[in-house]
Amino acid sequence: MNKRHYIRNSSQDLRLFRWFSAKQCALPTPKMTENGLGHREKVLNMNTMNPNVKRVEYAVRGPIVQRAVQIEKELKEGVKKPFSEVIKANIGDAHAMGQKPITFFRQVVALCAYPDLLEDNKFPDDAKNRARRILQSCGGGSLGAYSASTGIEVIRQDVARYIEKRDGGIPSNPDNIYLSTGASDAIVTMLKLLTSGEGKTRSGVMISIPQYPLYSAALAELAAVQISYYLDEDKCWGLDVSELRRAVEAAREHCKPRALCIINPGNPTGQVQSRQCIEDVIRFAAEERLFLMADEVYQDNVYAEGCQFHSFKKVLFEMGPEYSNTVELASFHSTSKCYMGECGFRGGYMEVINMDPQVKLQLTKLVSVRLCPPIPGQVLLDLVVNPPRPDEPSYATFIKERTANLEILAEKAKLTEQIFNTVSGIRCNPVQGAMYTFPRLTLPEKAIAAAKEKGQAPDMFYCMKLLEETGICLVPGSGFGQRDGTHHFRMTILPATEKLKIVLENIRAFHKRFTEEFS
Amino acid sequence: SKRTGYCENRMSFLSVREISPKVRSINPTELEPLVKRAAQIKTELTQGVRKSYKDVIDVCWGDPHRGGVKPLTFVRQVLAACMYPQLIHSDKLPVDVRRRAQRLLDVCDGESVGSYTATAGIPYIRSNLARFISRRDGGVPSSPENIFLSSGSQISLTHVLKLLIHNQASLPIGVLTPMSTYSTFKMAVEGLGGAVIPYYLEEERGWELRVEELRRVLREFKDVCNPVALYVINPGNPTGHVQSRTSIEEVIRFAAEERLFLMADEVYQDSIFGEDTEFVSYKKVLSEMGPPLSHQVELASFHSVSKGFMGECGLRGGYVELVNLDPEVKKYIYNIFLTDSSPAVTGQLALDLMVNPPRPGDPSYPVYAQVRPIKIILWKLMPQRNILEVLNNIPGISCQPITGGAFILPRLHLPQGAVRKAEELGMQPDLWYCKLLLEEAGVCVGPGCEYGQKEGTYHIRLRVLTPVDTMEEVLRRLKNFHLNFLKEFS
Repeated sequence: MNKRHYIRNSSQDLRLFRWFSAKQCALPTPKMTENGLGHREKVLNMNTMNPNVKRVEYAVRGPIVQRAVQIEKELKEGVKKPFSEVIKANIGDAHAMGQKPITFFRQVVALCAYPDLLEDNKFPDDAKNRARRILQSCGGGSLGAYSASTGIEVIRQDVARYIEKRDGGIPSNPDNIYLSTGASDAIVTMLKLLTSGEGKTRSGVMISIPQYPLYSAALAELAAVQISYYLDEDKCWGLDVSELRRAVEAAREHCKPRALCIINPGNPTGQVQSRQCIEDVIRFAAEERLFLMADEVYQDNVYAEGCQFHSFKKVLFEMGPEYSNTVELASFHSTSKCYMGECGFRGGYMEVINMDPQVKLQLTKLVSVRLCPPIPGQVLLDLVVNPPRPDEPSYATFIKERTANLEILAEKAKLTEQIFNTVSGIRCNPVQGAMYTFPRLTLPEKAIAAAKEKGQAPDMFYCMKLLEETGICLVPGSGFGQRDGTHHFRMTILPATEKLKIVLENIRAFHKRFTEEFS
Repeated sequence: SKRTGYCENRMSFLSVREISPKVRSINPTELEPLVKRAAQIKTELTQGVRKSYKDVIDVCWGDPHRGGVKPLTFVRQVLAACMYPQLIHSDKLPVDVRRRAQRLLDVCDGESVGSYTATAGIPYIRSNLARFISRRDGGVPSSPENIFLSSGSQISLTHVLKLLIHNQASLPIGVLTPMSTYSTFKMAVEGLGGAVIPYYLEEERGWELRVEELRRVLREFKDVCNPVALYVINPGNPTGHVQSRTSIEEVIRFAAEERLFLMADEVYQDSIFGEDTEFVSYKKVLSEMGPPLSHQVELASFHSVSKGFMGECGLRGGYVELVNLDPEVKKYIYNIFLTDSSPAVTGQLALDLMVNPPRPGDPSYPVYAQVRPIKIILWKLMPQRNILEVLNNIPGISCQPITGGAFILPRLHLPQGAVRKAEELGMQPDLWYCKLLLEEAGVCVGPGCEYGQKEGTYHIRLRVLTPVDTMEEVLRRLKNFHLNFLKEFS
């Protein structure tokens, strides 16, 4: 293992040349030696690198986005294109698409960041009171001090109170609340905690198809088994327990199913599960003894008539002690979505219910390794769970901004569904919630063949062409998972309404062209 | 019970047996329970419980702000203006603050700090970091493509470890790790299924790193694990030792000979206070050693806004610079950072402000220049030689001089009686000492066992980035406590 490996063949000489090119090396270009000696295999090379890393893919920021960034550069450099800007409808980032932050939230974090502003009479009193209360709970009265690894105590208490209020009084214990760096941090931590084993004893984790690819990426990295269960596109992406049963029974042959992940409201599919469905899932998890992971980051993003968000915890407790005393659940929420869209602050939390005390100790130990979540994110989370009350001065503006943001999203959800369904070859389920549409594409055979030749999934081929011709960046459905032989893309409904109309129009025109080109 | 949300006497779906053995193998930290107890005592004091002290002084966390050091005005003004851009149009803030805030918002999507950024961090900030590194290293080139930002350096440290550590071979992957070191690094290695290969620093020579010790340790552990990486902390935590250029060259040569991936944790690079001490980066030394080493040795260097003159631990801003990595491997590094989405924006902004401070002529410069240089901060704090003198004058305590970092690690020469008592209680003697010190004197320090130390030696760790009167009080209480302790157990 300490032997030096001298590689002597022409392909390695090429590699040697690349090693020595200034672009690759951060250090001054040395003279190449006469006979190619003096180069050697890296300590960290493709053979020694953790092989699980190779299996990680995350389509939301994948190759199509990299091409979009390249195109943006080209536009800046003056390269002529059939469009003047790249529209990044690939990522659920509301502020990037022009949504304005909630004034009160930003006032409070600014006051916390620079407390001298507490003397400034331009800031309302309720913002100042919030800031003072938060700073008191920060070490040295500063956002710059570490907090406990589970988060600032007073904020965890506020989160617990918010959950109780949301769930009609069902008690929430702050000791069961873990603040995190966005919900992703908590989700990955839980997956790390409960995955183990090798070969047939590897942990299996159930996740929907289509899914948000954080789950598949994390499972790949952990070398755990992904147990896919299909959502029913014909039933508005609804979930049938018989499908869950099918998936878990098949999986038992080659792994040990441990957990069931569900995203509600759904990403990328936007469905808001009915209360009955949630009960069925809970019953299933109880029967199969699966740890339930409920990703509820879009809980305020519900638009469709007749749809309502039901938290898994609330339904669990309303099902009575037989379930509420036994089913083990982790629920996740964050500051990145809903009406505030504060992705960059990395604020989030998870609440664990009925977790074995020994397991909880391990969890607490595990989160301490990454020290603590960013304090500004914890502060923002506190404001989300503790917004202005009706009797406070900032309430009027707050409620106006919140309502406007959610109403605009609801309008855009409807608009998107309407327009896409006028395009022959595109079929779009109602966008009941979340921030995305995941329409189904009918692609001509010739196009599918052309994609195959290029070694691309057909919907990747489609989306790449769309990007090159219109500057619109979407994520192909293959990045989220879909039934074999079907093709989709995920588009966010976040661009400003006028821009969204243009985007929808351009996609409609493109689809027509595409279908004609490959007929 | 309703309170814990857990029903006793049932079989859990998820029991400890099912938990990842890697996670179970992580050795927990001793610090958090101590800190929790300190918080409890603080509450008791406010409730009027009588104690022989009126407050609890916490010098165990490496957290300057918690210790009373104030944040930099310029940094906080810019951050506030970025968070609440109305401030950019108000004349309450200096012109250079407003300009900088606007510049930073210009490079955020949608001009908001609430947007995601590119996975590796905002390109503008990566470029500025590259320029800073090059300036710092006397012109050695640095490319933004080799720089990855993260929400604190712990995350990028863990990501690099993730690349190196796998469980495909029969022997665990080994990472040479200094004794003493802070615990979360060890926990990160263990959590990934790796093995910590401890190498001792030479206490009698000011906690120097000697290559002979690295060689000894490799020989000893070669058969039980596969050593792949060498982790060094310079300036040292908790030792306060700043490596000389010669020492760094020796380590680099050793890493090259033994084919080890070098991980250089340089987060304390701005905390230098020895009279003739200078920080020189591993990258700079590597470059100046010339070929073949300068383009062979694979190096990851880490820095953050948590320490030094920024002290902004809570903002979570850190970065790693990768040197000489295999280009194929580099493609996959991006993959590991993907699941974090993007680093916290406030941390990224703080990094930019750290490497791009106000310049002479800027309105904010005078205030910044007054506070920033760490020597001046420490002049307002207690001079190191004074701390050293006090400690060395306490019978039963001896202490090495420090030239950098944030801590001091005095050695406790505990009487046999005390060691026996601790063993009876089933506790590490220095942990027990810290618990008593907290209960009886209201001072919270870190136990040496937490960081690793030679068998049979005991230490405590104190943070020196602490205001003068606080430090004086800490030393006074420590001295009193220690003298009583000696009386009781001699």
